[in-house]
Amino acid sequence: MLAFRFTMRFSQPALQQKQQHDINRQRRRNLQVSVVGASGGIGQALSLLLKMNPLIETLVLHDVANTKGVAADLSHICTSPTVKSYTGEKELKKALKGSDIVVVPAGRPRRPGMDRKDLLESNANVAIAVAMAVSSVCPSAFLAIITNPVNTIVPIVRDILKSQDSYDPKRLFGITTLDVVRAKTFLGQSLCIDPQRINIPVIGGHSGITILPLFSQSNPPFKGDESEKKELIERVQEGGSEVVKAKAGSGSATLSMAFAGAQFVGSLIKGIKNEEDKPIVECAFVESNVTPLEFFASPVILGPSGIKDIPCLPELDQLESQMLQGLLPVLLKDIEQGVKYANNFITSGC
Amino acid sequence: MFAARKILSDIPSFTWRYLLARTLKVAIVGAGGGIGQPLSLLLRQSPGITKLALHDLHGTKGLAVDHSHICTQVRVSGYEGEKELEMAVSNSDVVVVAAGMPRLPGMERDHLMAANGKVAIKVANAISVACPHAFVAFITNPINMIVPAAAQILKAAGTFNPKRLFGITTLDLVRSKKFIGDHMQINPEAVNIPVIGGHAGITILPLFSQCQPQFNGNASDIEKLTKRIQEAGTEVVNAKAGQGSATISMAFAGAKFVDSLLRALNGEERLVECAFVASTLTDAPFFASPLELGKQGIKRHLDLPNLSESEKQALEKLLPVLKKNAIEGQMFAHNFTAERIKKLSN
Repeated sequence: MLAFRFTMRFSQPALQQKQQHDINRQRRRNLQVSVVGASGGIGQALSLLLKMNPLIETLVLHDVANTKGVAADLSHICTSPTVKSYTGEKELKKALKGSDIVVVPAGRPRRPGMDRKDLLESNANVAIAVAMAVSSVCPSAFLAIITNPVNTIVPIVRDILKSQDSYDPKRLFGITTLDVVRAKTFLGQSLCIDPQRINIPVIGGHSGITILPLFSQSNPPFKGDESEKKELIERVQEGGSEVVKAKAGSGSATLSMAFAGAQFVGSLIKGIKNEEDKPIVECAFVESNVTPLEFFASPVILGPSGIKDIPCLPELDQLESQMLQGLLPVLLKDIEQGVKYANNFITSGC
Repeated sequence: MFAARKILSDIPSFTWRYLLARTLKVAIVGAGGGIGQPLSLLLRQSPGITKLALHDLHGTKGLAVDHSHICTQVRVSGYEGEKELEMAVSNSDVVVVAAGMPRLPGMERDHLMAANGKVAIKVANAISVACPHAFVAFITNPINMIVPAAAQILKAAGTFNPKRLFGITTLDLVRSKKFIGDHMQINPEAVNIPVIGGHAGITILPLFSQCQPQFNGNASDIEKLTKRIQEAGTEVVNAKAGQGSATISMAFAGAKFVDSLLRALNGEERLVECAFVASTLTDAPFFASPLELGKQGIKRHLDLPNLSESEKQALEKLLPVLKKNAIEGQMFAHNFTAERIKKLSN
């Protein structure tokens, strides 16, 4: 366990600092992305996809072991990003220094029969270490969390960043893109069309019934009856468990998560570059006012400073409204668990 | 008639290309491994691929479910165990073989033949039965021996087509581009260079004399970079310190090569890739060189360019090694088959 110092920093107002950083970053051609947990099942595949993104200049890999080997392997690929690697807790700050985006797939995966909540004890520490390091060396970075349970980990990270006076709600994301990917895939199968042609928002959180795909908003429109819609919603909600069960103890979703993670990071980068004609929209679990809860996943518009705007929720149909009412207390509990965990951590002075 | 013409003209041209493209099945043998998994992820983006069959000894059913959630239009199926190998490769257009043991520190690629030769033979047998017209691309090392061994098996089954059997050497090209690009301080993707010979140590011969843009270094730079390209596999094995050999970069290279095979199958023209194939360009029976690909496999072997003096010397040195490797591969296949026949008759 790292020893943390909780000190307030008195410097140039944080907001102005971040704004200047954003202007500089937009002008720069070079972007640095760090992957924390790069040697794992998600991390390696994610790193490969990011190495193929020409808008990234430096790709930094960090993990507790094996990163030198992964980096040597990745560095032979003939694409433009340069690869660097760091290993162990002692090198975490070095790995994040100067990063524009930090993506975190580190942590344990679920085993059959486990809920994402069961991962909290093992994975919260990773998230806390990253939050502390980000605060210290790259407070303007966009921080994108894959580590589960996202519903609880993101609030923990928020509170740790806040305690270090480096929290910006526009720059902290829980990645829920895999739920959107799954919704598109399953709806594509139902409509017998290419899933890439489909747009569908997925709101709420990132576990079980907190995941709510809005089939009423899908484009092209959903063409089934209520019971088919319910079946599809449940399939999206249980998608993660479906993979955990099929992998029978050898892990959870890795390739599909890497695919989704790379898509989300790609959108963050497009948001930074701000050169697209259309708005860059991704669903993500963020601090939000669209519901009474502190955190909520919904479509957000991305820009050079992170979240540009969070549109209000669309009008839901009856089933969706019921399901939203059902998920809010569950999500609230997950968030409160995160807040409590962070508070215990901070006050115990670990 | 006018209504029909309007409807037809409203369909975007990309849809026509999609409708007219063949639907293609690719089977990955060894899909659960360190190369197979990222390779399967990258291949989803290849044009025209509609079916992806993942085979390994175990773990592929879970992998297939993971894959099946990705929102690109590819139907993925998982097959496990030797018993399902023929089913996995059945009716495939392309079979990529990434199965086998990786090298450990201190190991030469040759040492893998004992373990991996058997894998290659079993796959070749399954292909003969279940998809004799497929393009077969081996990643499994040692390529210099594995491809001749597989050819031997396919010949014995009467299904050998020299235009459709490849040893993937693209990783040597990828590394050449990267190291030369870094040296010249240009984007590695802008570098083009043929890499001929084989896929181990001194049999890997990058032709700096043919590099585009023209290589700006001296003879000592060429020597140093050539050595680095030849030893790059070992560089990764050492860096991974017992955790395996190149996986992600091999997946990248493998996907690049298979993508070209799929484009060729879809009728794209003027596709050139280097690969280790049955060849009469030199007196080694199997040799890697630039090939023009077409719907039937290799359309033609491009002539070797004029080599520099040092390249000619390097070629002279590597040919005997390749010839030896080919004989070793063929003998392995022969002995393995003879042993099996003996066991069956006892």
